[in-house]
Formats: sequence, structure tokens, C-alpha cells
Amino acid sequence: MQLAKEVKYLIHKEVLLEWRSKYTINGVLLYVVSTIFTCYLSFISLGTEKLIWNALFWIIILFASINGVSKSFLQETKGQQLYSYILASPAAILISKTIYNTLLMLFLTTIALILYAIVFDTFTPPDLILYYVAVILGGISFSTVFTMVSAIASKAGNGGMLMAILSFPIIIPVLILLIKLAKNAVDGLPWENSYDEIGMLLVVNVVVVSVSLLLFPYLWRD
Amino acid sequence: MKKTWWKILGSLIVIYTTIAGLLLGVPRLAILNETIRNLYFHVPMWFAMLTLFSISVFYSIKFLLQGKEEDDLRAVESVNVGIVFSLLGLVTGSFWAKFTWGQFWSFDVKQNFTAVSILLYFAYLILRNAIDEEQKRAKIAAIYNIFAFPMMVVLIMVLPRLSDSLHPGNGGNPGFNSYDLDSRMRVVLYPAFIGWSIIGYWIYTIRFRIRSIENKQQHN
Repeated sequence: MQLAKEVKYLIHKEVLLEWRSKYTINGVLLYVVSTIFTCYLSFISLGTEKLIWNALFWIIILFASINGVSKSFLQETKGQQLYSYILASPAAILISKTIYNTLLMLFLTTIALILYAIVFDTFTPPDLILYYVAVILGGISFSTVFTMVSAIASKAGNGGMLMAILSFPIIIPVLILLIKLAKNAVDGLPWENSYDEIGMLLVVNVVVVSVSLLLFPYLWRD
Repeated sequence: MKKTWWKILGSLIVIYTTIAGLLLGVPRLAILNETIRNLYFHVPMWFAMLTLFSISVFYSIKFLLQGKEEDDLRAVESVNVGIVFSLLGLVTGSFWAKFTWGQFWSFDVKQNFTAVSILLYFAYLILRNAIDEEQKRAKIAAIYNIFAFPMMVVLIMVLPRLSDSLHPGNGGNPGFNSYDLDSRMRVVLYPAFIGWSIIGYWIYTIRFRIRSIENKQQHN
């Protein structure tokens, strides 16, 4: 119960901080929009192959989420970390950050998908619901993995580049599953064909979250 | 003698599998022909790699629980040796691919994913270089090592089974077991797994001893 209370309070804090500055959310939103336009302008000559747009969508989301989620630990100062270390348990901090990042990613990916569907009107997948399921799962998986990696990178004290190096090899299996799931939606296959990928993604998420919960207390204690 | 029996055993097994692998009879199969003998050298490399990476995770966990510097050295040295074995596995595999599939790199899922998992361990080594303070480096590296291990397992054991691959046993292709791994090959292949794992472990113990002596000299 103590944990749930702490988590609730910490999420409230994160949202409040974000609401006051609105830096991350606007920054990442602008990032997504400008990348989509850049991609549109550079790839339009390739024609309207749907699968290219699908791969492109996931790459845009990947970079946007690295930028968005890595903020969660990297932007905190040493003092802030120490302060929350005294106040809350490590598990509560990790859970609250993960949930907050997940909310952020869900919001972002939804906007990106809407924008993407408007800009590339040829893209709109026939099975939009399945595609949205893929997008939701993608938002959740990216935030669970990147939250832990950004905690590692911030403790290593060497921000951006380390974050990219450490997270890419870990995220690739997830990305491959997501692209495959999204491709099923683009091809309009029946849902039965996608249960493998959905199940696999859920399993990966459960593993990542439980390993993070086990490891984070060691990382947090300096 | 008590301490060295497993080293002698490992060397004998590797010598046996090398000679027997090149000389004993193998099934005649189209496309594969004599290259099937590469099975005795290619697959055991991955087996040795997995053994070493598991040892590394074991010592990383032990480090987090007890905080002895020695365990950190063991973890990093077994990763170093494991990377060498994974590169050997990649090289033997791509030669095999050249003669059976036509190209050194055929963009087969397993090739790609093992390349990614090698990247993962290079990232581990770079993470170590990024941190100066020893205790902190050991702790963060151990955490990343443990965090990355399940992902590596997903990459090289689970995902290839879900997609199309040229490798046997993946993506609907029948495994070696089902049609051509007859008993003649088993008597060489299974000892080769054990032999190469022992050799890998041996190299790792030597590397560890060198590293700890160097460490002692630095501290004095």
C-alpha cells in the first residue's frame, strides 16, 4: 500500500513538473512532426510502397521515444536524485517513471499515427485497430526498456551517446516484433496470425520490467 | 594432476573431434556435401559462447550480492573470451554460408541477430570504458550485463524460430536431427560441445589470472 501511495504521488509530481515547463512533450512532439515531414520529403520519390512507410514509421517512433524517455533520468540533477532517494523506495521511483513514460509514449505515438495517416494518405492500414494495438504495445515496450537504460546511462554520467549505444541492441528484438505485427495489420491478415507476436511482446515486457525491478535498487544506491 | 585433469580432458576431446570430424564418415547430402563437417566446428562455437556468457552473468549477479572486485574481473574476462568465440562462430558460419547459400553474408535472421547480440556485448565493454571509478564501473556494468542477457537469449534462441531462416530447425525448415544427423555425427558433435566449452573456460581462467595479476601490480 505504501508503494502504491508513493507511486501515485511520484507520477503526480512528474506530470506536474512536465505541465509547468511543457518542455519534453512539446519538444518531442515537434521532433516527431519535423521528422515525419523530413521523411516525407526524402522518401516521396520512392513511390507509395506501404511497407516502406511502415518501417519508416517505426524508425521515427524509435528515435522520438529515445529522445523523450531518456530525459526521465538524464535531466535530473544529482541533488534531485538524492532527494527522491531519501523520500521514496527505489521500486516506487522506477515504477512511477515507467508509468509516466508509458503515458507520454502513448500520447505521442497516437498523435504520430494520426499525423502519419493524414500526411501519407496512401499509408492508412486496412486493419487500423490491429495497427493501433501494435502502436500501444510499442509505446509500452519502448518506455519499459528505455527507462531502465536511461537510468544506467545517467548513472554512468555520460548522457546521450551512451544511451543510444546501450539501448539499440536491446531494443532491436522488440522493434523487429513490432514491425512484423504492424506489417500483419498493413497486409490486413486475420488476428490469429498475430497472436504469436503479441504474446512474445507481452512476455518481453514482463521480463524487462521484472529484471529492472530486481536490478534498479542496486543501481540507485550510490 | 587433480587440478589439471579437466584441461587434459578438454584438449583430448577437442583433438578427437577435430580428427574424427575431418576423417569419419558423414551422410552424403545435396548442396551440403563435405561442408557438413563444419557442423562440428561452427555449432560448438555458439555453445562455448553461451557457456561463457552464462558464467559472466553468474559472476555479475554474485558481484551485485557480495561486491567483491574479483567477481567483476571474472565477469568481464568471460565476456571477452565469449566475444572471441562468437566472432569465430560468425566466421565459420559465413564460410559455410559462402559454400552452401552462395554468399558470406546472406542476411539470414540468425546471422543478423547474432551480429546484434555481439553489438550488445561490445556496448557492455564501451560502457565499462565510459566510467572511471572502479566500484561504480563494476556495479553499473554488472547491471547492464544482467539486463542484456535475457534480451540476448530472445535474440538468438527465440526470434529466429518465429521467422524464415536458411538455418535448419528455424522457420519451418526441418532441424538437423530430423533427417540427417545420424548417429555417426552425434558421436562427434556432442563431445565437441563439451570439449570447446571446456577450452573456452580454460582460456577464461588464464585471462582472469593475468588480469588479476595486472590489477595487483597497479594497486601496489
